[in-house]
Amino acid sequence: MECVFGMVGNGFSLVVADSSAVHSILVHKSNEDKIMILDSHKLMGASGEAGDRAQFTEYVQKNVALYQFRNGIPLTTAAAANFTRGELATALRKNPYMVNIILAGYDKETGPSLYYIDYIATLHKVDKAAFGYGSYFSLAMMDRHYRKDMTVEEAVDLADKCILEIRSRLVVAPPNFVIKIVDKDGAREYAWRESVKDAPVSTS
Amino acid sequence: MARYDRAITVFSPDGHLFQVEYAMEAVRKGNAAVGVRGTDTVVLGVEKKSTPKLQDSRSVRKIVNLDDHIALACAGLKADARVLVNKARIECQSHKLTVEDPVTVEYITRYIAGLQQKYTQSGGVRPFGLSTLIIGFDPHTGVPSLYQTDPSGTFSAWKANATGRNSNSIREFLEKNYKETSGQETVKLAIRALLEVVESGGKNIEVALMTKEHGLRQLEEAEIDAVVAEIEAEKAAAEAAKKAQPKET
Repeated sequence: MECVFGMVGNGFSLVVADSSAVHSILVHKSNEDKIMILDSHKLMGASGEAGDRAQFTEYVQKNVALYQFRNGIPLTTAAAANFTRGELATALRKNPYMVNIILAGYDKETGPSLYYIDYIATLHKVDKAAFGYGSYFSLAMMDRHYRKDMTVEEAVDLADKCILEIRSRLVVAPPNFVIKIVDKDGAREYAWRESVKDAPVSTS
Repeated sequence: MARYDRAITVFSPDGHLFQVEYAMEAVRKGNAAVGVRGTDTVVLGVEKKSTPKLQDSRSVRKIVNLDDHIALACAGLKADARVLVNKARIECQSHKLTVEDPVTVEYITRYIAGLQQKYTQSGGVRPFGLSTLIIGFDPHTGVPSLYQTDPSGTFSAWKANATGRNSNSIREFLEKNYKETSGQETVKLAIRALLEVVESGGKNIEVALMTKEHGLRQLEEAEIDAVVAEIEAEKAAAEAAKKAQPKET
């Protein structure tokens, strides 16, 4: 029951993802970070098959880094989104990646942006997006309350409303969420919303 | 002799691979490049032969980064360098993808040297006509390193080294004057070494330094000029002191 959603605000983009790693009826861990920081100004929230999710997002991240070393300048968010979609499309009729992605980025020239990329390589540039069973609730909440050019506080407040809906209405709701933000100062973790704390794990 | 220098895969009777040796000749004709390792800084300096007036010098970067913590300079065929650098950059990312760890300087040097060696033992290809100087920091221990590779595919670690034009003179200078340095002192040592064979001035040398915290930083022409001025002043002072000496007896 993975939930990933995101929205664009005034000079920033926000991505929220649940943090449960689930296998059948077992929850492996509740603090899995599903939002990968692609580079200084890009975030990629992903949901889907756990192996594919990690493998594919890391692959995109390394290719984005390679582009920057080869060309001396980073990829734009649009270019990264199109590259990601291209990879998904190429693999689709051979060995599809079962990953749904919400790509958020900030470019100096064009400002914040959000891209919806699903596992069959659909690409849409949007203001708000959501994946998973949680999308039934978060999309509805965002449709009701989203406005263009919200401040960070308003956007996080809306994200919290969505999380509350998911927690109260989804039968197997994930307990914990992570919120990451990207703006002119870069991509970073904003906050966690935890209702269940994992026992601390020694860092590898 | 002539019969043994055509194909790379043929040894000469006295054990030479002529194509590889000719590749090293190509290196000796390339611009001088020097590398110096300090305790917390590693510096690369490259001679810049006079840039044509109409050329945009920013498009000719001689010191390139392979990853956040590794940089490379070379002497020899620059087009061959492009190919090698591209492959090395891919390998740096590929390594991070498969083992979640950045490469060590030794690993990527071994990879580049391995590539260069492969092209000395294949049919229908020629060796890469360049020697590289690779600098970087170990991602875990933070220890700085300097390595050199050559067209035969051998590599080794150095405290300071030079390659390209007049590399012997530069190496002699470094052997005489090397000492453990850090920060700006390392930069000065590298520039002093390069000035042995290059006309002085920020216009004729490209210098970049790498630190653990800030990665690779290319020095601006003005910064290089400032250090060159310092060095010239020190040289002049040393000359004056020497001239003053005999009179004092």
